[in-house]
Amino acid sequence: MTEIDLTPLQPALEKFIPLRRSGLLPALHAAQEIYGWLPREVAAEVAKTLHVPLADIHGVIEFYSLFYNEPVGRKIIRVCADPACALKDADGLLARLRSQHGIEDGQTTPDGTLTIERSPCLGLCEHAPATWTVDGGISTVGDGTAERDRPQSVIYGSLRMLTVNCGNGTTSLAKYGEYAALKKARAMKPEEVVNEIKSSGLVGRGGAGFNTALKWEGAAKADGSPKYVICNADESEPGTFKDRVLLLDDPHRAIEGMCIAAHAVGASKGYVYLRGEYPYILPPLENALNEARAAGYLNEDFDIEIRVGAGAYICGEETALFESIEGKRGFPRVKPPFPTTNGLFDKPTVINNVETLFNVPLIIEKGAAEYRKIGTEKSSGPKLFCLSGDVARPGVYEVPFGITLRELLEMAGGVTGGLQSILFGGAAGAFATSAQLDVKLTFEDLRAAGLPLGSGVVMVFNETRDMRDVLKRLGRFFAHESCGKCYPCQMGTQRQMEILERVASKKILPEDALRLQDVGWTMTDASLCGLGQTAASAVLSAMKLWPEIFKDEDGNAYKVTL
Amino acid sequence: MTVTFLMDGKEITAEDGQTLLEAARENGVDIPTICWHEATTSNAVCRICVVEVEGMRLLQPACIVKAAERMKVQTRSERVTRARRTVLEMLASTMDLSDAPEVLAMMDEYGADASRFPEARRRESEVKDDNPMYIRDYSKCLLCWRCVQVCAADAQYTFAINFDGRGYDTQIGTFFDRAIPETTCVLCGQCVGVCPTGALKAKREYLLEQGMTSEQISVLNTGRKRRKP
Repeated sequence: MTEIDLTPLQPALEKFIPLRRSGLLPALHAAQEIYGWLPREVAAEVAKTLHVPLADIHGVIEFYSLFYNEPVGRKIIRVCADPACALKDADGLLARLRSQHGIEDGQTTPDGTLTIERSPCLGLCEHAPATWTVDGGISTVGDGTAERDRPQSVIYGSLRMLTVNCGNGTTSLAKYGEYAALKKARAMKPEEVVNEIKSSGLVGRGGAGFNTALKWEGAAKADGSPKYVICNADESEPGTFKDRVLLLDDPHRAIEGMCIAAHAVGASKGYVYLRGEYPYILPPLENALNEARAAGYLNEDFDIEIRVGAGAYICGEETALFESIEGKRGFPRVKPPFPTTNGLFDKPTVINNVETLFNVPLIIEKGAAEYRKIGTEKSSGPKLFCLSGDVARPGVYEVPFGITLRELLEMAGGVTGGLQSILFGGAAGAFATSAQLDVKLTFEDLRAAGLPLGSGVVMVFNETRDMRDVLKRLGRFFAHESCGKCYPCQMGTQRQMEILERVASKKILPEDALRLQDVGWTMTDASLCGLGQTAASAVLSAMKLWPEIFKDEDGNAYKVTL
Repeated sequence: MTVTFLMDGKEITAEDGQTLLEAARENGVDIPTICWHEATTSNAVCRICVVEVEGMRLLQPACIVKAAERMKVQTRSERVTRARRTVLEMLASTMDLSDAPEVLAMMDEYGADASRFPEARRRESEVKDDNPMYIRDYSKCLLCWRCVQVCAADAQYTFAINFDGRGYDTQIGTFFDRAIPETTCVLCGQCVGVCPTGALKAKREYLLEQGMTSEQISVLNTGRKRRKP
């Protein structure tokens, strides 16, 4: 092995020294930017500089997919092979790359110039088959034909409230205008702001659907200082790309939402935890933060730092995200205690999804009563849906809560081909069929229909699609993304994937359906966090809808007892 | 302060702040555990101790959930036994349980079928014999985390071991797979002491199992102990 020159490393690490362990992910990103990967000597130097035990830094590097402890190509092409991209021949694209360069997925060419990877969802589902290429530090995204330095935002729907500044590049502060809602909020008492959010009925848009004001109230009342506000921009649920569009095109709305939250709960520090696969958002977001500082919106009372993830779906789980900011493996914590009292660095923390925070300035500006005129009684406000797969116009759709699934699909130009099914809510969601087209898109109606709203994913499959293949990919996704902490998910996602691979290749073994159910129920019922608890959700819904695909070779259908 | 609650229909009084597991054990109710150990922080990793609590949507780990007034707990409901049995069956399809008598006894008790998952990829690894005190056979590791915890802030503050990989491919490892003598390990032996499965084993015990005699082993040791002239 050639000797590693450590001289460029120390200056790059200097600014992370005061952060100690919590500077670990940024420091590893910086080190990898210099060396292309993380050689042992470099990891040891980072560990020494930040006072992190060697074994721990190793554990962190091993956890995150975007950190490499062996050499990779100067250029890395990642091809999304999750369901929406698979419909647009992602496998064919990968196969062409493999034969063109004579390497397999996950391998590097002998001359060290190129690595090809099959990637989990890149959040570019409307540009399928999506690719993300990093060449000597320069990042581009592609759709199988053209390469761009940032993805285009494709926005439709009947409303333009959350997306008002989206679709024409990043909105500068000059164009965004003054933070009018923040000004109004700062003239209000913190508890009045919380009450306004409470009156609005705002419910989190990240997937779990928790009442936003309850989080704020909890953190506001909690003892402990400092308090934190976190914008969860670790969007990685397969089929979800709305937060990417919002944050890339209108970062000031997220910042304003965070400032209002900080005022409401008394927070002095904010973080945006940005998904590692969205590097093109980093420069416009940094620029927006600088603009907000220059305008005085961010100051010594409240400022925001960006943290960039490194390839781990689990870090979208709030407590795993805290661990990640703290410089650790993204293992979710047991709850209770909850983030409102014991969040980041064990301090009271409010953590909200990007889209949730986008609603905040809107509510304060309009007033809760006016805001509630949008949507329905129990599901107020505008909502973004991410349409992908077999629809005429995939993209982000802004609509009021309460329109039907049929209306949403019609807005998108309808299904290309006859409708077979819709994956609703993401990989952690459930399948809907044409029988459910008239369901109203609200939290309450969807719950009654057994469909999770999740992160607003509507992934459409026409009648020519093989649902076995879709299930196999969902299985692979969860097996890849399980953190490995609790047994049901750690082993269950692997066993589920193995059975689904047999289902997809029509080599199902006797009693596989029962095994799949037991694994699914056990993950759902006994896993530690939301990932494991929903890793079988779509699969179990498919077993109900299409028991015939779980037949064995002799055509014996095993009893499905849901 | 005490709390009174129902466990399997039986009224139990527990100290405020006691976990369901502690209360159960004091009252002769058997709740199985794998990752739990009195010397380590409970992380609710194995989920074998899950119980059904009325009003809670999901099963709850008894090792960390506190007993509360008027709680109604089922420790052997159908949901509970299904989860326990399935986790045990998955363990048997994943690792070598031959040195884990407690887990094997649990499998008998719950009617878990060791061959429930055919064609399953197992976690296998070579025996790591790189120091004079203990061997590491991660084919037998069930990832209870105890060794990592006692090596870190639960006891020794040595931080010699942590995790490799993620998900199903998680394993216990050292910095870039260094041999134990090249790590911060002080050979305190606490990790061997808390290992429930023989994945970590005293070197002497291992060598005896390999068919070496005490005499052969003592010669080995003499060799190591010889001082340089």
